[in-house]
Amino acid sequence: MKSVFLLFILALIPTSVLATEASGIKLEPVQIDVNDRASLQRGARLFVNYCLSCHSAAYMRYNRMGQDLGISNEMVEQNLMFAADKVGELMTVSMPAKDAKKWFGTPPPDLTVISRARGPQWIYNYLRSFYREEKWPGRWNNAVFPNVAMPHVLYGLQGTQRAVFETREDGTKVIAKFEMQQPGTMDKAEYDAAVRDLTNFLVYLGEPAKLVRYHLGLYVLAFLVIFFVFVYLLKKEYWKDVH
Amino acid sequence: MMQKVLAWIDVRFPLTKVWEEHLAKYYAPRNFNFWYYFGSLALLVLVIQIITGIVLAMHYKPDARLAFASVEYIMRDVPWGWLMRYLHSTGASAFFVVVYLHMFRGLLYGSHRNPRELIWIIGMLIFIALMAESFMGYLLPWGNMSYWGAQVIISLFDAIPLIGPTLAEWIRGDFVVSDATLNRFFSLHVAAVPLALVGLVYVHIVALHKVGSNNPDGIDIKKHKGADGVPLDGIPFHPYYTVKDMVGVTVFLMLFAAVIFFAPEMGGWFLEHDNFVPANILQTPPEIKPLWYFTPYYSILRANTVNFLWIPAKLWGVFFMGLSLVLFFFLPWLDRSPVKSIRYRGWIFKTALTVFAISFVTLGYVGTKPPEGLYKTLAQVCTVLYFAFFFLMPWYTRIDKIKPVPDRVT
Repeated sequence: MKSVFLLFILALIPTSVLATEASGIKLEPVQIDVNDRASLQRGARLFVNYCLSCHSAAYMRYNRMGQDLGISNEMVEQNLMFAADKVGELMTVSMPAKDAKKWFGTPPPDLTVISRARGPQWIYNYLRSFYREEKWPGRWNNAVFPNVAMPHVLYGLQGTQRAVFETREDGTKVIAKFEMQQPGTMDKAEYDAAVRDLTNFLVYLGEPAKLVRYHLGLYVLAFLVIFFVFVYLLKKEYWKDVH
Repeated sequence: MMQKVLAWIDVRFPLTKVWEEHLAKYYAPRNFNFWYYFGSLALLVLVIQIITGIVLAMHYKPDARLAFASVEYIMRDVPWGWLMRYLHSTGASAFFVVVYLHMFRGLLYGSHRNPRELIWIIGMLIFIALMAESFMGYLLPWGNMSYWGAQVIISLFDAIPLIGPTLAEWIRGDFVVSDATLNRFFSLHVAAVPLALVGLVYVHIVALHKVGSNNPDGIDIKKHKGADGVPLDGIPFHPYYTVKDMVGVTVFLMLFAAVIFFAPEMGGWFLEHDNFVPANILQTPPEIKPLWYFTPYYSILRANTVNFLWIPAKLWGVFFMGLSLVLFFFLPWLDRSPVKSIRYRGWIFKTALTVFAISFVTLGYVGTKPPEGLYKTLAQVCTVLYFAFFFLMPWYTRIDKIKPVPDRVT
């Protein structure tokens, strides 16, 4: 009895509560194009180098990714595969979940379908919104995902930024903007483009069928349109003697 | 040669007889309109669900540790697996779209009235079986929304006095939704309920062909028969309605294909975002809500917020949710109008039906929102209107002014 009541209460918590915590930073749109193969390849490289050491993509196989992205098995083995022996294996992670929990407080989630759970816009902005937490020296925080356990893995590329807060009329303190403290190897435009590639790759990773289904859908619809003409004429022919 | 084969069969099985009784010499009114496509479409969707379901069951693993991964395995490693899954997941929503429209057709033209009460009751049983089928199927991907949705809905049984908690435990096979629940829901989803559904659909059609189809004028075409005994306003179902239904099927398939290939998630309405997170007993999704086709009843459940007569609000909610379905069974007797079709009814019924339809859609919409503020008020107002449609029906259908009904179909 009580558990249901609790569930109802939980159901009452609107997502907006969680969203307002996310600061005054607006989510910027991101242009996703899974047909941009070069972008997917760049994204894949970032993914295996920066994400796959802690996060798994355990529902996806290396060779499938290679096939879809136009990368040969040899190339995949040499350049994109660090944690597996065979190219047909799943993109798992070697870090044991128990250790991960000890180190980060929570095991890093699998990222295979993360783009379908969070949406590309969220991921794109999340990866751009890490900042140095000044209250706790040496720690990172994130404007899109406050108090996230994950450190800023891409800080070498983006650089280190700090948050500039402002106080709203209602007294809440929100992040107004970021300020670069120490630049990384990329400038802002380059970093945004890299994160866009990574997001694009995650969208592909979430649903490899995306590469074929739009294309196939057009053929199916074209067939149905032509088929419709014939069925419609057939119906008219038969119904002539009814009307 | 064919004739000989047919004759050989006919001695042993009534093939020609069945063909003639149910297709070639089944006389349907000639004035079926747009609303009459949805019966055959529901049958089509049932077939799609059975075929794609059989394929999916070949690759799916009903095991709490493997279920989520096996769905992604189907999406990636099984040839055409993604298509089978999208056909099935979109088919579930499509089923409810066509069934809701099919039921509304019944309300419009009085298809539930004498002598078709049994067709209507069997149809309602189909609807309930369909709800059970989709509810259990929704658990199978073992996403977090699957999990918590099942947790909330099964806990509703807790509210039943005395036997509630035991009953809920019996349904789950555990104290919480778990591997045992997943395994039995799989069994029920692929064997028990589909068998019941197919059987009920069969008797639905048998009962329909016994009394004949209603029509938009709500009049009996058998009253005027020609010298050959064929109703003057009737035409053979085959070929006339088979070719006509093929047109409807093609248009339906276009819309269906558009969703499958271009928007299989339908913006989170057909496949919810939170269901791409594996089931996690320690982490509730920000908002637990059922899929769109259950949200009207979910709204009614949540609309009851007052403890009344020593009965807690939650039990009232469960009671009214159950009642909102049960009342449909009594429609043939609640309706006291001498005419069947909305075409010959007065403004009162037309208004009542419109208000009911709007309330139903509104309840569905607010069921996807947190129950507070305006949404809560809307849910409560629409719940009252929903029940008023049924409870006041014997009164307003009797006093409503009716128009003269024509002798023959128009």
